[in-house]
Amino acid sequence: MKRNTLVTALALGFAAAASAQNTGPVKIGFVTDMSSLYADIDGPAGGEMIKWAAQDFGGKVLGRPIEVLTADHQNKADVASSKAREWIDKENLSLLVGGTNSGTSLAMAKVAEEKKRPFISIGAGSARLTNEACSPYTVHYAYDTVALAKVAGTALVKEGNKSWYFLTADYAFGHSLEADAAAVVKANGGTVAGSARHPLNASDFSAFLLQAQSSKAQILALANAGGDFTNSMKAAKEFGINKTMKIAGLLVFINDVHSLGLANTEGLQLADSWYWNQDDASRKFAKRFFEKYKRMPSSIQAANYSATTTYLKAVQAAGTTDSDKVMAALKSIKVDDFYNKGQIRADGRMIHNMYLFQVKSSKDSSTPWDYYKTVATVPGEQAFTTVAESKCPLLKK
Amino acid sequence: MEIFGVPHQAFLGQLLLGLVNGAFYAMLSLGLAVIFGLLDVVNFAHGALYMLGAFVAWLLLDKLGINYWFALVLAPLTVGALGVVIERLFLKHLYKLDPLYGLLLTFGLALIIEGIFRELFGSSGQEYPVPALLQGATNLGFMILPIYRTWVVVVSLAVCLGTWYLIERTRLGAYLRAGTENASLVQAFGINVPVMVMLTYGAGAALAGLAGVLAAPIIQVNPLMGSNLIIVVFAVVVIGGMGSIMGSILTGLALGVVEGLTRVFYPEASAIVVFVIMVIVLMIRPAGLFGKEA
Repeated sequence: MKRNTLVTALALGFAAAASAQNTGPVKIGFVTDMSSLYADIDGPAGGEMIKWAAQDFGGKVLGRPIEVLTADHQNKADVASSKAREWIDKENLSLLVGGTNSGTSLAMAKVAEEKKRPFISIGAGSARLTNEACSPYTVHYAYDTVALAKVAGTALVKEGNKSWYFLTADYAFGHSLEADAAAVVKANGGTVAGSARHPLNASDFSAFLLQAQSSKAQILALANAGGDFTNSMKAAKEFGINKTMKIAGLLVFINDVHSLGLANTEGLQLADSWYWNQDDASRKFAKRFFEKYKRMPSSIQAANYSATTTYLKAVQAAGTTDSDKVMAALKSIKVDDFYNKGQIRADGRMIHNMYLFQVKSSKDSSTPWDYYKTVATVPGEQAFTTVAESKCPLLKK
Repeated sequence: MEIFGVPHQAFLGQLLLGLVNGAFYAMLSLGLAVIFGLLDVVNFAHGALYMLGAFVAWLLLDKLGINYWFALVLAPLTVGALGVVIERLFLKHLYKLDPLYGLLLTFGLALIIEGIFRELFGSSGQEYPVPALLQGATNLGFMILPIYRTWVVVVSLAVCLGTWYLIERTRLGAYLRAGTENASLVQAFGINVPVMVMLTYGAGAALAGLAGVLAAPIIQVNPLMGSNLIIVVFAVVVIGGMGSIMGSILTGLALGVVEGLTRVFYPEASAIVVFVIMVIVLMIRPAGLFGKEA
């Protein structure tokens, strides 16, 4: 009798736990750099885009309200992974979204895999997320270092810029970007003259630039981002490096161009997944963003909106928030919205068009934030890691 | 020609750049040393005040069209005035307490000031152009040296030596130093010690503000620019000896050079070399290289 009571109690407990999975709010947790050098390109506005997507979806999915949680990882991988762990364990998170900084996304991908929860990485660049470090629960939605290297790098080498020197942010993202770009340079017959590594959020770049200049390479490739990119760009100009070397920003966001001004960036070629002024649907989204933030959205912020919508559609199609069923649905949905058109591959890589843009001169720029002209559109199959190149076991049958 | 297996161009170039960075370290650590020496306050808001100096310069140019040369005077005055307000409103009440309270208060203030500016201006940073008169660069043969960087070294050295002279060699400096030794006695001689202390904090803040204006054309004016620098500057002050004026100037310059040379021989260590030196100095001479042993 006693044992029966115990079994019943246990069974009830399990039932309660199971039903908690499928009732109550659907929680989406977003962890990004909210306050430091990447905060403008993603940050609080990036979190707001996830909320917009949830509201525009009707605020509910499967009849359950959608709740968005946000946190600042301070560019620390351990802070990011412990936040992810806490949310999954205590909040029963349905989806984890990773913002800028590859170190944090790689750490969160591990937690998501261990806990079997869908993880969409958007702001982070390292292509390792869907290659060496791929997981059945990771989706890499916007850009990655391979695509940046292939789109921006190939174009530059083909113009005759054969010798390269890298100035690299000394952490996961910088290392990936340098390695992927060096591979592209070598594959196209170029050489790498050397590289200098600077700490994340460095305060002085002049010493590293001096090393770059003595290398006599044709290209100074900046494998860094955000505040590090703008400050190295500024110092390169101050030291006259732009007169002897051509400077290539491997990851440039529109906020960086705005911050430096067209006078300092004119002619710069860059790869990105989206530009606010590319078509009417994008301009409509950008206008709404501008009204709230008085600046234009970055590609990451646009991708945050798109990825959230895609996830909610997958939940609706799967009829559940069960991780494996949602992951299967995510990988079968065709994405077609203002952000991009594409599909998520078996390794979690969202395959979509990438663009090569060139920064306009101030006399060609007709309206505020009218900064880019499109030089080339590169189909996703060419831009991202190919199935043949990939080391991810999920892609091999 | 090679020096220790490194081409002499690279060697000389890094030496010179180290000196430029050292000039910033010297000016910032000088302000910290003055404030600590005379007020016993470990001013963690120094990085935020440096950032404010740069932002005031940028706001003057962007909103009011006031150029660099006026900003060079106006921005330190503004930051100094804010320093006076901080001293009157908060710090004044903490002198009787353990110095830890002053440290915590200024640390909190730094977070608040940086937070407000991040909220207002975002994290991307603002562009401040090099003034027309100082644009361009000189080719020294072994490197291209921007004229502006030379200007920074000259101004910073002049300001540092001037401050040292003022405190160590003038009557006003003598009052200041006496005031820190025995405030009530100096007061008894008819000198208004609280006002003197207030102005000292203001002057320290103004020094940080001036460093900010000098830095504005070199790096993007960013709410976080001070928090990147302040930790290194504190290490400089600790190495030089808390409160030693000449010590902080010489240590600032020397550590800039050491950092530059580390970039030649072992670049990966350049971000931590200052702290390694700090640990060694603390073990051998806990009061710092120029500090008086208690």
